[in-house]
Amino acid sequence: MRLAPGFGVDEEDLDARLSAQSIQALREARAGEANLFVFYFRYLNRLLHGDLGNSRTLQRPVLQLVAERLPETLKSVALGLALGWSVGFLLAVAVVMSRAWVLDLLGSLLVGVLLCLPAAVLAMLFVLAQAPTRLLLGLVVFPKIFRYSRNLLARSSALPHVLTARAKGLGNMRVLVWHILPTAAPQLLALLGVTVSVAFTAAIPMEALCDIPGIGQLAWKAALGRDVALLVNLTMVVTLVTLMANSASDLMGRTFRTSEA
Amino acid sequence: MKWARTTAIVFLVAVSAACLLANVIAPASYAHQFREETNASPSRQHPLGTDDLGRDRFARVLYGTRVSLLLAPAAALLTSLLAAFVGGIAGFAGGRVERFVMAGTDLFLSLPWLFLLITVRALLPLNVSPIVSVLITFAMLGCLGWAGAARIICADARALAQSDFILLARASGSNGFRLLWHHLVPNLKPVLYAQFWISVPVFILTEANLGILGLGVAEPLPSWGSLLRELESFSTISGQAWQLVPLILFILVVSSFHLVLTKGELPV
Repeated sequence: MRLAPGFGVDEEDLDARLSAQSIQALREARAGEANLFVFYFRYLNRLLHGDLGNSRTLQRPVLQLVAERLPETLKSVALGLALGWSVGFLLAVAVVMSRAWVLDLLGSLLVGVLLCLPAAVLAMLFVLAQAPTRLLLGLVVFPKIFRYSRNLLARSSALPHVLTARAKGLGNMRVLVWHILPTAAPQLLALLGVTVSVAFTAAIPMEALCDIPGIGQLAWKAALGRDVALLVNLTMVVTLVTLMANSASDLMGRTFRTSEA
Repeated sequence: MKWARTTAIVFLVAVSAACLLANVIAPASYAHQFREETNASPSRQHPLGTDDLGRDRFARVLYGTRVSLLLAPAAALLTSLLAAFVGGIAGFAGGRVERFVMAGTDLFLSLPWLFLLITVRALLPLNVSPIVSVLITFAMLGCLGWAGAARIICADARALAQSDFILLARASGSNGFRLLWHHLVPNLKPVLYAQFWISVPVFILTEANLGILGLGVAEPLPSWGSLLRELESFSTISGQAWQLVPLILFILVVSSFHLVLTKGELPV
């Protein structure tokens, strides 16, 4: 960051309305950042006191901006995940349990096309079609959920104990609930954690192009304004949220394995 | 699926050849403006019409595809080399070195991909020449995309380092570098190729996302990101189906890369 062109120089230095004393005061305020250790000591000290600093472009505290916009993004991510998991997982279950090649082919084709579309293009298509933009994240995570769930369930359904259960005449629902899902559950829970990260990543183009005032739109505006302090803090917040989601899914997976054993 | 894979390879070769011959095939330069023919419909002179600045759309598709198809593999190569270096050394050394390197890799992987990319992009100047913006975009992708591949290569290198033939080579007096270069690296080639092919479509998609957000390749140089951004004006000129050609080509190219991977290299 310190090696990047323009570091330590601000547009305010060129503002003709400011007096020489004001510019000097601004430079002195930034002088503390020149020493890397002093900078990080101050930064961590502020962080421990819940102060994420100020946004240079928006001239507002970062914490305030995050508090305003995070609920919007969390709402979109939660809705997207709920939609993506419902459709993707149910379709995967239908394909594996019915073993209908037509359904498998149609599902694979749809997923193949969706995996080739960048989230930003999907966002533009949603805007053009005037579709409800909050559903977009569901469409972004759906192909990943379908593909992984389908492969995991297909692998589990080919295990010897499942084949034996089928041979003994157990119904489809019973085989699925008692024999296939327990085997695939730990990996599916791990996938849940991964999809949270995918949804947050896709939130940037979605919110930027669909004009949703969330964290993604804020990050995009910060990038265009080269507001690195804001971007770093936003990345940290999102990383923290995704790490919490991954840890929760890990914990659930372990608990499940322990209870199974 | 062999026929699908062959078709995908043939298609990719044909598109690559057309892009490399863009100077010959394209009716004009990608930046040349036909000022009296803005937003023109397809004609013999302009097979895909012109954009709102009067630039030939067919030429821009060819040159844009060339930028993405040449530089995404270059970035994927850089990523694969970095991953081979980091993962190979960690897996081969094992013990504390492996734990330390993999902890760093995990930390890197926990950062959301697009957030990390736009943060790094914001550190670099935005108002640069088109060529510099292309280099920045793809170099950034190449330098930041290694972590996932490094984990896989590390696991492979660890398994190889504990194999019988490496033990035999050690017993025969092979030293560290010789073991690494003559025994480990050749056996890591299949996984390196797989990681390379997996990275190419990922980088093409990421460049498109960055380009649409205005953080990728700068105008007037076309890339898939800037070509797909033109879809924003699609609704105002409904019926101009030729505007969808870059999107269709994009889907075909990315799905061809996915099909090339279907020989068992795709993850679960």
